[in-house]
Amino acid sequence: MALTKADLAEGLFNELGLNKREAKEFVEMFFENVRTALAEGQQVKLSGFGNFGLREKNPRPGRNPKTGEEIPITARTVVTFRASHKLKERVEENARLHAEQLKSKVQANA
Amino acid sequence: MTKSELIAALSARQPQLQPRDVELAVKELLEQMSAALAAGDRIEVRGFGSFSLHYRPPRVGRNPKTGEAVQVPDKFVPHFKPGKELRERVNNGSE
Repeated sequence: MALTKADLAEGLFNELGLNKREAKEFVEMFFENVRTALAEGQQVKLSGFGNFGLREKNPRPGRNPKTGEEIPITARTVVTFRASHKLKERVEENARLHAEQLKSKVQANA
Repeated sequence: MTKSELIAALSARQPQLQPRDVELAVKELLEQMSAALAAGDRIEVRGFGSFSLHYRPPRVGRNPKTGEAVQVPDKFVPHFKPGKELRERVNNGSE
């Protein structure tokens, strides 16, 4: 099961005792602030979790894979994410302990 | 923007919460997200994006200095796919 905003709000309620409305609002605002920073062109660095960055993409020719029709892809800015060393370590640690379990879960999620 | 700047920005918008509680709440969110990813669960946040693990199969790599072949074991790497609203907003409202 995927972790959603509702689960995150539930966690704030259970672990920190925010009331349900506050918890829901907090989760909403957390993601909104990250989005706003990125929309303003700022990189967002959440130590221990990862960094969100921005990358400028040049225009390039593309095509509709269904019809084969050529359509130009315009220049654009895209968001990138680099997981922190700590997060990667946690993933690898769990992979060492529960390799098969993790593999089947990740393949089911793909 | 760093984590402490994010905490400060959220505190300013949530005056009913103590800055200390805002800090704990931010840490709690990141902890939940890290734990979910480490366990191989997806994270789906509408309008923001989704996180999941990607599987990288084992391969034969090469030591770039010596040219010697080395077995690289398989691994799982965290991946983020931006959601529609985030993509549009960083791209100035167009796609």
